[in-house]
Amino acid sequence: MERGVVLLDFWPSMFGMRTRIALAEKEIKYEYREEDLRNKSDLLLQMNPVHKKIPVLIHNGKPVCESLNQVQYIDEVWNDRAPLLPANTYKRANARFWADFVDKKIYDLGSKIWRTKGEEQEAAKKEFIDCLKLLEGELGDNHYFGGKDFGYVDVALVPFYCWFYAYEQCGNFSIEAECPKLIAWAKRCMQKESVAKSLADQEKIYEFVLHLKKVFGIE
Amino acid sequence: MATSEVKVLGSWPSPYAMRPRIALNLKSVDYEYIDEKLWEGKSQLLLQSNPVHKKIPVLIHGDRKPICESLIIVQYIDEAWSSGPSILPSDPYDRAVARFWAAYLDDKWFPAVKSVGVAKGEEAKKAAIAQVEEGLALMEEALGGCSKGKGFFGGDEIGYLDIAFGSFLGWLRVTERFNDMKQLDEGKTPGLVEWADRFSSHAAVKDVMPDTDKLAEFGKMVIAKIRAAGAAAEMH
Repeated sequence: MERGVVLLDFWPSMFGMRTRIALAEKEIKYEYREEDLRNKSDLLLQMNPVHKKIPVLIHNGKPVCESLNQVQYIDEVWNDRAPLLPANTYKRANARFWADFVDKKIYDLGSKIWRTKGEEQEAAKKEFIDCLKLLEGELGDNHYFGGKDFGYVDVALVPFYCWFYAYEQCGNFSIEAECPKLIAWAKRCMQKESVAKSLADQEKIYEFVLHLKKVFGIE
Repeated sequence: MATSEVKVLGSWPSPYAMRPRIALNLKSVDYEYIDEKLWEGKSQLLLQSNPVHKKIPVLIHGDRKPICESLIIVQYIDEAWSSGPSILPSDPYDRAVARFWAAYLDDKWFPAVKSVGVAKGEEAKKAAIAQVEEGLALMEEALGGCSKGKGFFGGDEIGYLDIAFGSFLGWLRVTERFNDMKQLDEGKTPGLVEWADRFSSHAAVKDVMPDTDKLAEFGKMVIAKIRAAGAAAEMH
């Protein structure tokens, strides 16, 4: 197996985007391999036999699975530049808590917004906004969740920004109207090359969601 | 250090609440344990300390804001009391492996264990049991890889993955008892059977591991409540 860094990924995945951002922040050269999730490669199945999911980070032939795990691993191995987790122990626990919160809530609620209609969709929209407002509270008046510097929670959350347009179109609402501070934060992050280059185009994401709705027979 | 400088809010039947306590014991840190009887309602202290999830365990360390989520707490304890024995492995790859398996146990395996008790019908029950056994086979293999021939996932001493997995042993034993079967089996998972004994009798664990009989009684009560709620829901 080759040395170096390989990322098995799927272009619309917010989870894959986290790892792409972390690798870009650390200026790590890597090989990006696009997976067709309807026809998973032997390498993917071999490297992630338990979940069979992307992203998978392969470093010197050994796999690291789960995006937040990958971000922490990248931060620990390439610890001489662009730190993502804070140095302070308490702040580190706090960063892990909020990244975990994003994992527990944002993906499922966002999915419900584009997959459902009527009461179920309204409930999902409301809870989604409530969660974003909690995150806004945590951000406070800081430039980033990491404080002055872009950090772990920023990496965990910002990939969802390129999915917001699709959620808004499907749910017929404006996230910026409800959470202007969060959108301002996201636009600030997009000015960073590592983020701008890692996130997918929001129009393409919306097209992808429309395609998925057709495939799943959702109106 | 005053005993009350470190507090753990927990609930005795909860596997998650065991984790910070084992970690603090490993580091020889004195702490005050506050037991929440969650089935009677949540205390003001809990709601104030964990407003986001309103769940135990919570670690309160001095006058810092409380820390929530059991595995995040364990990592915090490891880093805050760095002079004690290490809980997470020192190598970044080994750490990633330990985190991966702990997340698998929390997200996939333990929900399968819980569903054995409340599965509707034989088919669903068999499927849940199969998932539990598949997980144990994976963990048997992981033990071989992580322990490198030593007694624990963490090597010579209990580590992060031992704590994450071992905290579920009580409920696994209760599930075995209720369903009259052996899932931790010398034939299929000999390594895990020995590890389970070693873990349960460890000084940092034995006073924190709930007694299986007591847990079984509690389990009966919970299952009855869930079934009743399910029956009531079906009636409307």
